[in-house]
Amino acid sequence: MPELSGIGIGRGIAAGPVARMSPPPPAPVDASSDLTAEEETQRVKKALDEVAADLDQRGHAAGGTAKDVLEAQAMMAQDPSLHDAVETRLQAGKTGEFAVHEAFAEFRTTLEQLGGYLGERAADLSDVAQRVIASLRGLPAPGVPDPGHPFILVADDLAPADTALLNLEQVQALITIEGGPTSHTAILAREKSITAIVGVADAAELSDGQQVIVDAGAGTVITEPTEAELSEAESRRAAHAAEKAAPITPGALADGTAVPLLANLGSAKSTDKAVDLGAEGVGLFRTEFLFLSADEAPSVEEQRESYQKVLEAFPGQKVVVRALDAGADKPLSFLNDQPEENPALGLRGLRALMANEQILKDQLTALAQAQENTEADLWVMAPMVSTVEEAEAFTVMAKEHGLQTAGVMVEVPSIALMADELMSRTDFASIGTNDLTQYTMAADRLLGSVAALQDPWHPAVLRLISQVGAAGIASSKPVGVCGEAAADPLLAVVLVGLGVNTLSMSPAALAEVRAELKLHTLEQAKSIAAAALKAATAVQAREFATGAAKKS
Amino acid sequence: MSSTRTVTVASSQGLHARPAKLFVEAAQAAGAEVTIAKGEKSVNAASILGVLSLGVEKNDEVLLTAEGGNEEQALDSLETFLKTDHDEAS
Repeated sequence: MPELSGIGIGRGIAAGPVARMSPPPPAPVDASSDLTAEEETQRVKKALDEVAADLDQRGHAAGGTAKDVLEAQAMMAQDPSLHDAVETRLQAGKTGEFAVHEAFAEFRTTLEQLGGYLGERAADLSDVAQRVIASLRGLPAPGVPDPGHPFILVADDLAPADTALLNLEQVQALITIEGGPTSHTAILAREKSITAIVGVADAAELSDGQQVIVDAGAGTVITEPTEAELSEAESRRAAHAAEKAAPITPGALADGTAVPLLANLGSAKSTDKAVDLGAEGVGLFRTEFLFLSADEAPSVEEQRESYQKVLEAFPGQKVVVRALDAGADKPLSFLNDQPEENPALGLRGLRALMANEQILKDQLTALAQAQENTEADLWVMAPMVSTVEEAEAFTVMAKEHGLQTAGVMVEVPSIALMADELMSRTDFASIGTNDLTQYTMAADRLLGSVAALQDPWHPAVLRLISQVGAAGIASSKPVGVCGEAAADPLLAVVLVGLGVNTLSMSPAALAEVRAELKLHTLEQAKSIAAAALKAATAVQAREFATGAAKKS
Repeated sequence: MSSTRTVTVASSQGLHARPAKLFVEAAQAAGAEVTIAKGEKSVNAASILGVLSLGVEKNDEVLLTAEGGNEEQALDSLETFLKTDHDEAS
């Protein structure tokens, strides 16, 4: 039974034919053309027109923000300055492919030098160049395939622009060669509940039309499935679908120990979906959406309205609101306009709020007012806390504003190591595993080349979580997890075994985690966690936990 | 003959992203050959790559030059465009 392995996202299983994302064509070499400049001009014009028409059509089909991006790309293909740059090279006797390649590269360099938003447009330009070169060579357009029947998508990795165009009705599963558990593909798969395995290095061997079974729970791709394996996969798929359709019950272990399952929300819009999927409250309400599109902080009144909408959806339930977490990947000019060499280590999170105290005070005032007007149990927490002094200062300030329960995020190793001292100065801790992993492993969570280090199963991360869990138990104060780790069903059991009381995740992940928790008692969760803690590597931690879980 | 006009850009993201695309569409439909300049650098206003490469930010002053066709009308429509905050509307 030949199989390939990778990092499974969730526990779905699917079988079907492979459709590969066409790879970009190899870069053309500088060779003289056998055709006349006039003939090359005609060829290039035809290719540019075709690509522009195709992009326009795809934009029309996609709608929304993808439409603007694709139409802008179509305009790039028709750009008069670009045509001039191509023509100059054709007149010099270059091939159409090389002229296009070089002319696009020239504009790409200009955009990259401008940086920021324009740097990102440079990637759009490369995509257009590759489409034109593929067209000149008579190759299929690089990008998302559309074979017209259900398929299993195999790609190096998926960019947001690719996923915007993905026909999710037809995609049975995703396999990516690169990417880790927090890659864009993994996050998309979790959000949309798509069966996926990322980081399957050997998936490059898979060819179009080949039948495979994708078993995310085991993290394996079976490449030559037998009839028996296919029918077993089908019955497991049906069982998994039934599990996800199972009646929604409060999160609990097999022995009845309650583990409230909460939702991560990024705006007031997604509350209904969270309630439908059985969220027992909100474990992380991100407030950045109110600030990101603004030149200055929104007024207390505007903020109160937004907070109130979320609180109203969860009467009598817990809603944990995180104070503005700006900086690093989401800079806000009115908080910090100084360029920084290392923004992830810079003036961000609570540090930026303390440097702009009025913004924090306004936010706390708006939250206190929203609490007055609603029935929800409002908790508030500070992002990116490094020291116990910061934790204490935030907690005191929140209470002065009339907020009863104030805590902090544990995302920085320094505060995890000080968890016992932390707990006596604040009301609760919520572990943000994505950043905690990034800072523990010193690996930028957005950088593909170090994605393998961004694995919350790493024993170094588990040991830090274990310290925080122990401090929570010793002080009888609640500890939650609100990172991607909580959405990984087996890791969720490990977290509970380490002393975590509540799990917060994208609503789509709730059903799988709920089902997994029901399989283990608290004693068993503790032994599974103990097994994972004994590991030397992330891979081993997964193996040990899987082995221990089978005994439950 | 050509006509020029100096305009202060109102869009909060300057001429990036969506406003850049809309501006180029407007320039292509303006019925005259239009260039847009920021400081020393001047580009064809019908070229999205040119317009993006200017890196125009909110409150930047740009110089529009129209030649041929209905110059004043072309400048009027593009001036109105630049004075509107297109990020606000979306």
